[in-house]
Amino acid sequence: MKWEALLFVVAFGYLALLFVIAAWADRRAEKGHSVIGSPLVYTLSIAVYCTAWTFYGSVGRASHYGPAFLSIYLGPTLAMLFGWMLLRRMVRIARAQRITSIADFISTRYGKSDSLGALVTLVAVIGIMPYIALQLKAITFSHAVLTAYPAEAQTNLIAAGVLSDKSFWVALVLAVFIILFGTRHLDASERHEGMVAAIAFESMIKLLAFLAVGLFATFTLFGSPGELLQRAATLPELDEGFGIAAVPGGAGGWVGSLLLAGLAFFTLPRQFQVLVIENVDERHIRRASWLFPLYLLAINLFVIPIALAGLLLGNAAGNPDSFVLTIGLAAGPDWLPLLAFIGGLSAATGMMIVETIALSTMISNHLVMPLLLRLRWLHLDSRRELSGLILGVRRIAIILILLLGYLYHALIGESYSLVTIGLVSFAAAAQFAPSLLLGLYWRGAARRGAAAGLIGGILVWAYTLLLPGFAQSGWLDARLLSDGAFGLAWLRPYALFGLEGWDIYSHALFWSLLVNVGLLVGVSLFSRQNRLEQTQAALFTGNLHPDLLPTSLWQGETLRGELRALLNRYLGAVATARLIPRGKGEPDDTLPATQEQISAAEQALAGALGGASARVLINSVVRGEALDLEAVLSILDTTSQTLEYNRRLEQKSHELARIGAELRRANEQLRELDRLKDEFVAMVSHELRTPLTSIRAFAEILRDSPDVDVAQRTHFLEIVVRESERLSRLIEEILDLARLESGRMPLNPEPLDLAGLARQSTEAVGHLCRERGVELEVDLPEDGAPVVADPDRLQQVIINLLDNASKFAARPDGRISLHLAPHKGHWQLSVEDNGGGIAEEEWEKVFEKFHQVEQTGDSNGTRPRGTGLGLPISRGIVANLGGRLWIEKSRRLGGARFVIELPEAPPQSGQDPDAQWLPAS
Amino acid sequence: MTRVLVVDDEPNIVLSLEFLMRQAGFDVTTAGDGESALEQVQQQPPDLVLLDISLPGLSGFEVLERLRAQPEHARLPIIMLTAHGREVEREKGLALGADDYVTKPFSTQQLVEKVKQLLGLAN
Repeated sequence: MKWEALLFVVAFGYLALLFVIAAWADRRAEKGHSVIGSPLVYTLSIAVYCTAWTFYGSVGRASHYGPAFLSIYLGPTLAMLFGWMLLRRMVRIARAQRITSIADFISTRYGKSDSLGALVTLVAVIGIMPYIALQLKAITFSHAVLTAYPAEAQTNLIAAGVLSDKSFWVALVLAVFIILFGTRHLDASERHEGMVAAIAFESMIKLLAFLAVGLFATFTLFGSPGELLQRAATLPELDEGFGIAAVPGGAGGWVGSLLLAGLAFFTLPRQFQVLVIENVDERHIRRASWLFPLYLLAINLFVIPIALAGLLLGNAAGNPDSFVLTIGLAAGPDWLPLLAFIGGLSAATGMMIVETIALSTMISNHLVMPLLLRLRWLHLDSRRELSGLILGVRRIAIILILLLGYLYHALIGESYSLVTIGLVSFAAAAQFAPSLLLGLYWRGAARRGAAAGLIGGILVWAYTLLLPGFAQSGWLDARLLSDGAFGLAWLRPYALFGLEGWDIYSHALFWSLLVNVGLLVGVSLFSRQNRLEQTQAALFTGNLHPDLLPTSLWQGETLRGELRALLNRYLGAVATARLIPRGKGEPDDTLPATQEQISAAEQALAGALGGASARVLINSVVRGEALDLEAVLSILDTTSQTLEYNRRLEQKSHELARIGAELRRANEQLRELDRLKDEFVAMVSHELRTPLTSIRAFAEILRDSPDVDVAQRTHFLEIVVRESERLSRLIEEILDLARLESGRMPLNPEPLDLAGLARQSTEAVGHLCRERGVELEVDLPEDGAPVVADPDRLQQVIINLLDNASKFAARPDGRISLHLAPHKGHWQLSVEDNGGGIAEEEWEKVFEKFHQVEQTGDSNGTRPRGTGLGLPISRGIVANLGGRLWIEKSRRLGGARFVIELPEAPPQSGQDPDAQWLPAS
Repeated sequence: MTRVLVVDDEPNIVLSLEFLMRQAGFDVTTAGDGESALEQVQQQPPDLVLLDISLPGLSGFEVLERLRAQPEHARLPIIMLTAHGREVEREKGLALGADDYVTKPFSTQQLVEKVKQLLGLAN
């Protein structure tokens, strides 16, 4: 019982880990750091070939027949070593034609035929069902072995009822997991990067687990391989088994299963998925052609040692199919069977994930959606939201596939060993080989031929392998086997037409392939290919370069606008613009689309929906048949693989456009700044030239006119001195301004009393006011006004404002005032005058550089001129001290009112942490 | 007596020009902005005008344009003064009918010579 809870936790933990790996790989892929771009990952993903059947069944088979199990691995080894060029060719075609599955591949080869795609899908579902059953069986079996040990595992399912059957729940849990795992991104596309990463991980786990068991059996249990073999030599089984002769069917059986495995290696939907569809770089194929055989070698290395060790342990090890588990249980540490369980689980789930996802894609793309496309009475166009429907189709497909697998398992599974079930599926998948391979080399292979071959082949398969299974399980009359259908001996399923002495698989393979190839060739020879078929056949057989596509592929006509609307819906605006670029002139939506444009549109759609559906969609636009455009558009809206890719492209291009706009804005700002700088330089030079003009003129006058009287000479010299001072001041101010604007004005803020500073300032301008005949009123709080500021700079500002005010105060009877008061956590220091005031529209302009204040009512130009920099500098200083400086109308005196607002400083106490940065004073 | 009108908003510059013109033997009237310059031209028609471009109110260019618009002042010699060293302003001034163009700070000797030349007094 101790295993019960532990296995539960371990299994769920493992599934969660897979999920995390897939999500992580997806995230990396989205960021452009793909984790699957290596030949090693490609190889490991191909190793999904090794399922629970390998993990448990190989040992079982080796225990009965010795090295015979190897043929299942030698087939793919040879296929990979010698068939990599064939594989590369398929990858290239699949990429060029945007193939999504093996059903799509075959359908596209034979003129993008829906019916062929549907047929392949049906055959795949029926054929693979036993294989999925096998994985379910393996999981429940391993669980049963671990929990029941040392008793023999009891897995009699039906007797206990479906609901109490563990494998039923396993199937359901897995269905949920695969739905979560494989249909996470169904809304927009099929992202398989995560799946491939998870599968590669699983391949590592199962290899490590198997090697661990093998090493334990060989070295820990029996010391060395030599010793193990020596002790095994005494086994009675070795006499009857372990030789070519022990293989059912003998040498013929070897060849048969070699061929079977070699073909299935390419044609099993999951293998096609990882080998062809998920290939990201065709150079990986070359490396995988020897890496994958190495993987197979590694995982098979210990099959015989484990089998021998199991046999030597005798009753303690029980059923040979469970040796991988029971060796650890019987004689090893507890973690070993647990590790083996995880290995078996990874082998089984890996297969189920890829197979189910591949099949569900095929079902939705080739069975359900083409059907819905044709059913006008469904009124799909009246439904706005179809993504839910498609999501549902895929999910139901996943559940259905697993439940069918379960059903097969429940009905038939018990009477077959693991290996037997697997080979039944292999034989079904092998039926795809003739139309796939002949289609690649024989241009004459026609759609009708492919369909006839496939139907004939699968019927023979069903008769020679599937039905006997039902018969053996008691669901059909067992006399079918012994007497043949209708009592006709030559119809005996295992000895069709009297062919006896072969093992059942070679027998079934021989007859089914014979019928398959015969019908394919025969019917093809007598059927006419339509134009599209001819084109596709030429493309697939390499007789026609894809670039030389005939332009008359489409008979009908359509408008560019319609084509664009279709593409836009499925592939996004960017791809549409790329596929059918708009001319520079007026809108060309109403012009007829060219044949190249229609072909390009079809190619692009095929990548998203499969060739057949793409053809239906294009058909609907080009000929206006079957469905109106709107209805077609709403269907399959979200199944597209390229849609999300394109959406991302579109996002990127939006982003680029946004960045472009930002750049443009920044550039405009720069240009504006540049213009402002030029203006500033011009103004500076203007302002510098003015005093310089006086200086030079009077200096020259004094030089050239020795007879000027002393009083005049003194006056002129005074002017020279004053103008020089003005020049120096101007330069200082320009530098101040430059420092302020670049943020390099050295400010030394310290706690100070603003009232005191204001009083000092009034003293500094006192004589100036008296000189100008201006009366100065001062109103300052007596208990101080604490602020944090640079005293010198702030005083410069206050004096500047007072100086300005005294300049612009009324003449005569000028009055100015300085007023300081608290206001909402700030101190407001205001300087007012009774002059003409400043018009409101000038309030901000006076803070512009070199702006000369023109006070209203001052047109005689008698006021002293400033530099036009005092106010901008003052505002800059106040801003740098964290305050504000603005202008408003003086209500009291009627002129202008300048207000400096500075934040009130925190009370100056030792406890205040905010005050700590202040210099001690 | 030959009369020169000096127009500039910078009192010290007006003072220096006034001194230079008197020293050269001319009668001098002055104005601090465009409006009063036009008034001066009406009241005491000068033989030559030294006209600053950047003036408060009417600019030097506007004064120039208005003067040239009056037939009696169409041939009045006018020298533009400017603290902007920009070529466009020089061209603009000449296009509007200025006789010469002087950039501040100027050489007093050259200015006096230019004035004499325009008045046909040069040797």
